[in-house]
Amino acid sequence: MLSMRNVSVTYGNNPVPAVENFSLEMKQGEIVSIVGESRSGKTTVIRAVLGCLPGGGYVSRGEISFEGRPVSGFGREEWRRLRGTEISMIFQDSGAMLNPVRRIGSQYVEYIRTHEKMGRRAAWERGARMLEQMRLPDGEHIMRSYPFQLSGGQRQRVGIAMAMTFQPKLLLADEPTSALDVTTQAQIVRQMLKLREEYHTGIIMVTHNLGEAAYMADRILVMKEGHIVDAGTREQILAHPSSAYTRNLLDSVPALGGYRFV
Amino acid sequence: MSDTRELILEAKHVTKRYPASGGRTLTACRDVSLNFYRGKTLGIVGESGCGKSTFLRMVASLEKPDEGEILYRGQDLARLKGEKLRQHRQKIQMVFQDPAAAFSPKMKVMDIICEPLLNFKRIKRSEKEAAARKFLEMVELPGEFALRYPHHMSGGQRQRIGIARALTLEPELILCDEATSSLDVSVQKTIIELLVKLQREKQIAYGFVCHDVALVQSLAHQVAVMYLGSVMEILPGDQAASGCVHPYTKALIGSVFDLHMDFQKPIESMDDEAPSPFDMPPGCPFQSRCPQCMEICRRERPALKEIGEGHLAACHLTAQGETE
Repeated sequence: MLSMRNVSVTYGNNPVPAVENFSLEMKQGEIVSIVGESRSGKTTVIRAVLGCLPGGGYVSRGEISFEGRPVSGFGREEWRRLRGTEISMIFQDSGAMLNPVRRIGSQYVEYIRTHEKMGRRAAWERGARMLEQMRLPDGEHIMRSYPFQLSGGQRQRVGIAMAMTFQPKLLLADEPTSALDVTTQAQIVRQMLKLREEYHTGIIMVTHNLGEAAYMADRILVMKEGHIVDAGTREQILAHPSSAYTRNLLDSVPALGGYRFV
Repeated sequence: MSDTRELILEAKHVTKRYPASGGRTLTACRDVSLNFYRGKTLGIVGESGCGKSTFLRMVASLEKPDEGEILYRGQDLARLKGEKLRQHRQKIQMVFQDPAAAFSPKMKVMDIICEPLLNFKRIKRSEKEAAARKFLEMVELPGEFALRYPHHMSGGQRQRIGIARALTLEPELILCDEATSSLDVSVQKTIIELLVKLQREKQIAYGFVCHDVALVQSLAHQVAVMYLGSVMEILPGDQAASGCVHPYTKALIGSVFDLHMDFQKPIESMDDEAPSPFDMPPGCPFQSRCPQCMEICRRERPALKEIGEGHLAACHLTAQGETE
């Protein structure tokens, strides 16, 4: 479905690419986690997939193709058809994505009607139904709320609901749980796993939480300073990491009932 | 409990309320009693809005409790005023979550580190650079950082400077409010190692507030679990993972993604959201999410009761001896 071959991404005139030689082949229904610390280039990778690199970033080498078609040749209209319907994205804080002075409902309806010919009433109902499927009780109430009236976990569910409205083939998740409490984190992860079961969605999950990545993903990529340093299944990465960096990373994660400093 | 430990600070039945819109009040901390001992770490965990930061701010005399008292070596902090309070502040220092926001961007590192020393006239202006170098060394940073500005440093280095500044006045108690939460795990580990090393050398007591249960239990001698303003369970750090009895603590630990967990087993998590702190029901604060909620839980608020050595829980189940 998605294929990235030797992709390098450069920002502006910076001679050092933010991501270098990144390759990934992905099938539908697969979950891949990209793990790394800050500035490892993990967010840049998924932004490149969606063709929305910020600040003068561009793919300087290699090729990204989605369902066999190279995305580099896409015009505005093609991107518009793809984004939000075939490929969609969840951000770290869906609250920041939403307009603070408009109710959820009005934004949701606009989003649906941008991508599909549909009446207001029908779009509203579809939005409310989608919210309820994401286990937000009383979708009507959420539709009538402003983003600030919702908790962080609720806002994130709204973000997921919106991203999943058109049952995209590929979902890009950029640290969707990092800003949440552990209990809510677990809820969101369960929700995302259900997406795969129900809609057969492929997910690229960017996270710095190794435990979460290991729990969710079929495959894990470990990135450092723009390069993939380790790639493999959960077993391979957790039990037999090939790079010293991954080993160090694994050692640094505090474990329940594990090593104690005192 | 063997009392070879030296009590530094004692919070007794501390309650803090804030006025909120619509004439309502928000109870951020309700009847919290916790102790800090010399050379020991008290970890406080809980979800956002559980009152853990509010509690730290009261201990640091940044807020005054509405009820209850905070005793520092027997002295009620709420009664300290003016110069006495200023002098007292040397004993308790704080390290904040975001070191970038805690420092003035216009000050050099040596000015940041030495500001408390100058405020209390412990050094002369001419000794500033030498003093800064000494403290930089203590937090394992090169001495020439003294002449740099904070924005030239990484998050981990900045947090070390925050620790250096907290150390300058030789406090007995350092309060860390999510001090490592914005750092990458590998950096977090080095900061924790530094904190633990300093504790061994100087017998500092820490109050370590964090939402990461796994991290807190790895460095705290005692862990307090808070939920919606109340302490639900207090237990020794080495028993936090295995010995917890309170359903909330169990739920909190159950939802942690651990590298050694059984990946075939679905992750446990509570379905509901925490209730609004404005309309708290009578009885146990955890009743709406508790899988073992009983009739008495809706009526009566459970009190913290000792159920083992250094282990207290506020739950009707343990009071009745119904948990394993």
